[in-house]
Amino acid sequence: MIYEGKKRIWSEYQKEIPEDNYFYVRSCIRQNFFPASEKTFLDIVRNRLGKDFFETQHHTTCGGIAYHSDAIPQETVMTIIARQFALMTEAGYKNYACSCITSFGLYTETMETWKLFPELEAKIREILWKTCHKEFRIPENLAHASDIIYKFRNMIAEKAAYRLVNVKTGKPLRVVEHIGCHYAKMFPSRGVGGAEYPYVLAGMIESWGGEVIDYPERRHCCGFGFRQYLVKANRGYSLSNTHKKFESMAPFKPDMIITNCPGCPYFMDRWQYVISELEGKTYGENGYGIPVFTYEEVAGLVLGYDPWDLGLQMHQVAVEPLLDKMGIKYDPAKKYLGENGKYIGKPQMPRFIKCC
Amino acid sequence: MGKLYEKLMQDYRFKEGMKACINCGTCTAICPAAEFYKYDPRSIVDMVQSRDEEAIEKLLKSETIWYCGECMSCVTRCPRKNAPGLIVMALRSLSIDEGYFIHSEKGRQQYVINKEMYSNILNYGYCVYPRTFKYEDHPEYGTTGQWIEQNLDEIHKRVGSNLDGDGPGILRKIPDEDLMQLRNIFEQTGAFKRMDTLKRLSKERADSLGLTEEEYSEQIFNTISEGHFN
Ligand code: SF4
Ligand code: SF4
Repeated sequence: MIYEGKKRIWSEYQKEIPEDNYFYVRSCIRQNFFPASEKTFLDIVRNRLGKDFFETQHHTTCGGIAYHSDAIPQETVMTIIARQFALMTEAGYKNYACSCITSFGLYTETMETWKLFPELEAKIREILWKTCHKEFRIPENLAHASDIIYKFRNMIAEKAAYRLVNVKTGKPLRVVEHIGCHYAKMFPSRGVGGAEYPYVLAGMIESWGGEVIDYPERRHCCGFGFRQYLVKANRGYSLSNTHKKFESMAPFKPDMIITNCPGCPYFMDRWQYVISELEGKTYGENGYGIPVFTYEEVAGLVLGYDPWDLGLQMHQVAVEPLLDKMGIKYDPAKKYLGENGKYIGKPQMPRFIKCC
Repeated sequence: MGKLYEKLMQDYRFKEGMKACINCGTCTAICPAAEFYKYDPRSIVDMVQSRDEEAIEKLLKSETIWYCGECMSCVTRCPRKNAPGLIVMALRSLSIDEGYFIHSEKGRQQYVINKEMYSNILNYGYCVYPRTFKYEDHPEYGTTGQWIEQNLDEIHKRVGSNLDGDGPGILRKIPDEDLMQLRNIFEQTGAFKRMDTLKRLSKERADSLGLTEEEYSEQIFNTISEGHFN
């Protein structure tokens, strides 16, 4: 009952997500490790849902990883952000959509800090003019790209080619959802459902036929930790945190994991491989790992995109067990091909974790 | 008010994150770093709120402030609306800018972090860039990562990236005029100054150890001494 009551309280954190007309900015990490996810996102919103998403080649990193690894001062990151806002202003947009969770947290923090300290906003405006000859308006609305897929989740469900249902048993797939820490831990009201009961991914899972798993370490960080991953000597931190999450979720036998931060799926995918190499331990069924996805990839699978067009061959943990459960048709022979079907060789097989 | 506390008070993150701490320990209970490292955000906040200059200087020279992962899990839970994660960010900035970072093993790592970040941002416009993200430095990238590195252009083309290409798109080449503006921003906002401090003190230390810049970087990137862990 307490749980239901809390869920009700947090369900009041329903942010406003505009229908249309967004200025879209990319994520460094997503472009590096899950590039097809951004392609899929834009294809879904533009071509399947008919929305206007504008992109300019002139936007850059927001500087978030450098800022959170303490490499650049706060004024540096704020001016880079102000520059991105200026690009939005020049393009005539008011709604800002970003692909990265670190960026999303940082944009939110910056706008909140400027509200509290208007003199700082004035200073950043001055620096931006001096350095870039640009002026900006603060976005009227800030959305993370997962908010947008969440908003249109039921429309996606209506167009679904596949559902998050095990075609052999007819039962909903059991799904772990992992929310990037910077989505709502600092400013709960800026995320769908707040920080304790975020609903942004749970809403997608429910709408597409799956069942959300609640497990003890559900809200624990994936372990990125910025400098704790960037420096080799510190990576035990990152690995240990992922390990803690997997140990906690394993008894619940998840079929898949879905994430909204670009970094988390990388760590949860790759550290499973490392755990298997170090300890011979795997968390999925029959020697496989638990496949980890971005929300764009899952939306793409539901809508019937080809798994290799979605870039799922760039994962370390094999996705095929999940594709089979969903009844998705795919050609295993095409998994590792390059452009125009060119043969480019295959990755080596890991020692323990099974790959297809 | 002491000199260091006064400097902290100028940091907006400190102004936002430091209210009265009641020492409840909730932040430490939720903190992923506290489980892994000998780390206790509660005692950091408490030490800082004492305004004891000597204690703050000791903290700035310590390993402790470098253990946080900046996940901000503590911010959600603190009953007094403190933000230990933001306080740590302010402490780290001060430690670097005052040169105290050189006294701790974890602090000294900042030099390699800055080198990598500045080079990626200023040369390419990205914090992470695929041609500088090397399997050799990241064996956890896995066998798939190795395969991606060996076939980088082909795989990115296959999945629809515009790697180093003109116009918008995934991993496009960011135009020089934009990179120049980033450089101007770094100059105006003290980022280059921060790098200069890191470079100067790291060089002094490398010289004193008889190491080249490359050997020194290698050492701080890879070394883990005993005593950090719980
Ligand atoms: S949770 Fe807040 S009040 Fe409690 S010890 Fe941490 S900083 Fe202090
Ligand atoms: S931000 Fe730092 S102090 Fe706060 S919970 Fe995360 S690791 Fe711990």
